[in-house]
Amino acid sequence: MASYSTNQFKSGLKLMLDGEPYTIVENEFVKPGKGQAFNRVKVRNLKTGKVIDRTFKSGESVEAADVMETEMQYLYNDGEFYHFMAPETFEQHSAPPEAVGDSGKWLKEQDICSVTLYNGEPLSVEPPPHVTLQVTQTDPGLKGDTSSGGSKPATLETGAVVQVPLFIQEGEVLKVDTRTGEYISRAKD
Amino acid sequence: MRDGSGGDDWPPSADVTRLRQRADWLKTVRRFFAAREVIEVETPLLSQAGVTDVHVESLRERDTGRWLQTSPEYAMKRLLAAGLGDCYQITRAFRAGEQGRWHNPEFTLLEWYRLGFDADRLIDEVAALVGEFLGTTEVVRERYADAFIEAGLPDPLVAGEGELLRAAAAHPEAAPPPPGLGRSGLLDWLFSQIVVPALPARCFVTHYPADQAVLARLDRHDPRVAARFELFCDGVELANGFHELTDAGELRCRFESDQSVRRRTGQRVPDIDERLLAAMTAGLPDCAGVALGLDRLFALAAGDDSLAGVMAFPWDRA
Repeated sequence: MASYSTNQFKSGLKLMLDGEPYTIVENEFVKPGKGQAFNRVKVRNLKTGKVIDRTFKSGESVEAADVMETEMQYLYNDGEFYHFMAPETFEQHSAPPEAVGDSGKWLKEQDICSVTLYNGEPLSVEPPPHVTLQVTQTDPGLKGDTSSGGSKPATLETGAVVQVPLFIQEGEVLKVDTRTGEYISRAKD
Repeated sequence: MRDGSGGDDWPPSADVTRLRQRADWLKTVRRFFAAREVIEVETPLLSQAGVTDVHVESLRERDTGRWLQTSPEYAMKRLLAAGLGDCYQITRAFRAGEQGRWHNPEFTLLEWYRLGFDADRLIDEVAALVGEFLGTTEVVRERYADAFIEAGLPDPLVAGEGELLRAAAAHPEAAPPPPGLGRSGLLDWLFSQIVVPALPARCFVTHYPADQAVLARLDRHDPRVAARFELFCDGVELANGFHELTDAGELRCRFESDQSVRRRTGQRVPDIDERLLAAMTAGLPDCAGVALGLDRLFALAAGDDSLAGVMAFPWDRA
């Protein structure tokens, strides 16, 4: 079984702890004086999202979680499950809503997402950092106002609602940062 | 590139202005010792004998089988035994596997020895040096056992493993200790997770338990504790000092006991430094010595919370 020594610890590493898959959020090497060294880590449960603290004796080995981050194309939602396809193998995976969570509101068909597989099943889904989405509903703004700092809500084709400048109209295509949920610009073409 | 680096990490991790400041800081250290007539010495980085300390891992040079020093302590003590007198050294030291915000496997150590000093007098001098970098503030001295008790923990000199485990469980703000630590590992865990964060801003912890004496002599009045101290500044360990053990026979026993622990736990077992023991048999003068992590001192002086801002090329860029 694959395992990691504490001196390989870094954020993003996937571990099995108490039978659950975790990812390291933060790793701190602690060694006061001449005593036993420890690694104090914050780990996030990949199923529940809960973050906990753990300490390990430095040099200890910890079982690796069979967790893989893969790039997959989002295909469609069947009303319950989200379907993805691995671009090279055309292998399809369906992700339950709890794996997709909040990312669902950014998923546009054909977009390439980062899908985390745990024992071969989708565990979580990250949308692309930037997505290009059409505005399906927003109140009319002031024509020609391209400078003032005001903003208004706009609903996008995937259902996400973002704050946009007043000059944005329905039907326009926008670039949005999915990590912050913020409008970046109008799409170039 | 062979190491997988894209090459965009060629610049130093520290600002160039900070590196210039580092040069000034080094001058300040040298002025401090010049004013006290403590002379600067140099000793080898690579030596034939290793360090048996159970919690210090050495790096080894492959072609010669020599060990990179983890501190210049043994060589400097040989100089003291030869009659050199008060001396200091600014040198690189190496400790395998110690990497993190406050650790770099290769780092700069300041180590000095004062003849006729005891731990208390050396603490005064360490406080004066640190004051030049971090400003003067209240300096607290606290015995290791008192620091435990003040943090709401049992007396570490008498508590058994079960009592220490219950105490750890009663501190839910710390993650639970890893299993199988044993009594001394559990003390280290409680100290690093609960005691150190609760220490005053500038605090010398003194009178370490005898089994953590390392190369310090035991207290004349209470042999359960050793004449060892450590300085913590804002929770960062800066210095470790001893009223030095001068008894070669006693030191041999400690080294051999380290070796047997290493053997039992499947660690490498470096040879004992016979030249150090011979020097101590010839006569190490009564003295106190201390090692201080200069990179950490400089980082605290800069107001940083890691070493990267005061080192040119930390481990990953070296």
